[in-house]
Amino acid sequence: MSEIVVLVKRVPDTNARIVVDGGKVDLSMVKWVMSPYDEFAIEAALRHREATGGKVTALTLGSADSDKILKDAKAIGVDELVRVWDDSWSELDSNSLQSVLCNVISGLGAQAVYCGKAAADTGAGSTCPGVAERLGWASISNITEISFEGGIKVTCPVEGGSAKVSVPLPAVISCDKGAFKVRKPNVKGIMMAKRAQVETRSETAPAVTVSVVNQSPPPQKPEGKKYSGADSAGEVARLLRDEANVI
Amino acid sequence: MSETIVIAEINNGVIADVTAELVSAVIAFGGSPTIVVPCVDSSIADAAGYAGAGRVIACKDSMFASYDAAGWAKSLDEVTPVGSIFFAATPRSKDLAARIAARRNLSVVQDVVAIDGSNLTSPVYSGKAMQTVSASSDVVVSVRANIFAAAAASPAEVSVIDQSGDVLTAVEELLSRSSERLDVAEANIIISGGRGMSSPENFSHLERIADVLGAAVGASRAAVDTWDDIPHGMQVGQTGKTVNPNLYIAVGISGAIQHLAGMRSSKYIVAINKDADAPIFQYADYGIVATWEETLPILEQSLSAMMS
Repeated sequence: MSEIVVLVKRVPDTNARIVVDGGKVDLSMVKWVMSPYDEFAIEAALRHREATGGKVTALTLGSADSDKILKDAKAIGVDELVRVWDDSWSELDSNSLQSVLCNVISGLGAQAVYCGKAAADTGAGSTCPGVAERLGWASISNITEISFEGGIKVTCPVEGGSAKVSVPLPAVISCDKGAFKVRKPNVKGIMMAKRAQVETRSETAPAVTVSVVNQSPPPQKPEGKKYSGADSAGEVARLLRDEANVI
Repeated sequence: MSETIVIAEINNGVIADVTAELVSAVIAFGGSPTIVVPCVDSSIADAAGYAGAGRVIACKDSMFASYDAAGWAKSLDEVTPVGSIFFAATPRSKDLAARIAARRNLSVVQDVVAIDGSNLTSPVYSGKAMQTVSASSDVVVSVRANIFAAAAASPAEVSVIDQSGDVLTAVEELLSRSSERLDVAEANIIISGGRGMSSPENFSHLERIADVLGAAVGASRAAVDTWDDIPHGMQVGQTGKTVNPNLYIAVGISGAIQHLAGMRSSKYIVAINKDADAPIFQYADYGIVATWEETLPILEQSLSAMMS
């Protein structure tokens, strides 16, 4: 029997247009979704439960707005939903965020934690290794396959290719898209999700040492040169050498 | 201000060029870094001296032959002085940066593309916005390649520290890579194909040009999703790999937001597409409106003539 935790995060839809206004990203109009890689983490966590028995808890850090993605996780098949939040929190830095997550994970008695390879908003990918280090656990990042025969074995990128790696528990495992076929919620799951209770917790977070100064639109590239017809390929090759100096 | 440290990026057992760029990044941060070199053979650390940087510490440990996040982080942490620590923003080093930050209860800022004193800028929302943060204490930073100028080499004093760390994870089997080619995440030049290539067999035309340039071959998500012969490992984009090579050549790729998110920060972008209105042209330094069937042979011939 395993206590399994899957970390999920509410982020703007990856197809959303991001508007920057007055030095700050304006997210008031965007559609919010579960970060896409989290779906692979849920899939891996459910397979773990199927292999060993046990319970999967979906955990997020966020205000009540995040209950929706927890219920989405419930519809796919997780057992319990936990949301940790304190109204005094605004932008937590990685140190404060990971400290909070670690306290909750320890409290849940978890032996395995799954998460997406990165959240679609920051793209940082710091949570898996950072949480593992604080817990003193093994971690493996960006896995593309997982099996549970004779312990946990994952496929993940290594220098110059990929490898099959055995991962001892307890461990934090971050999931890439790879070979995961993600299960979809069924009618029963959706009905259960509607009635599901979200357990809310509060934690003390260490003071932040990294804070946002401003946000801005991406730098605009100067307009490039555009040619018609295949014959211009020779000219472009010359420019790559003489103007851009990249070959 | 406390000390600054660069952890040398190691590729195939030698110090990667990006390490010299990290020195310039630290100078922009206001420091003169100590260089820490994770190594099995400490002689590689002789090449880790740079103008504007200080001493070199070779962290010698047989464990560095194969990556294990926990083992590497502990071994490096023990020899790295107190201060702000800079890594290259490669997948392995980002992982390690987060581990070391956590060991020291510091915050980590990943994928930094601009530095002005303690202000650090990185892309957020897959490059649809930039975010600048300020660090009020020591911080761990990963810096993207091909942004800062490389610092010049300059001999430095090297001290070797012998370590013997333990690993938690174990590689059971190295899987044969999808091809003998360079991985897109490691390449300075990438040529990628999209669904406009019409069939996976036609990627051989991209491979021929890749051979001329010493480039990696990538693919769009549309190509990976459509053809089983194009593996996910080749995918550039939001659900694939984020790359910023010196040169990115997009062939038969329309330029979906998904794809742009993974390659828009490339230094130079060439787009070849028969549709003059394809969004990729808005991001291209050099755009060619033509079919790839007509264009690639001329491009290959011109490049071959130049490179020979």
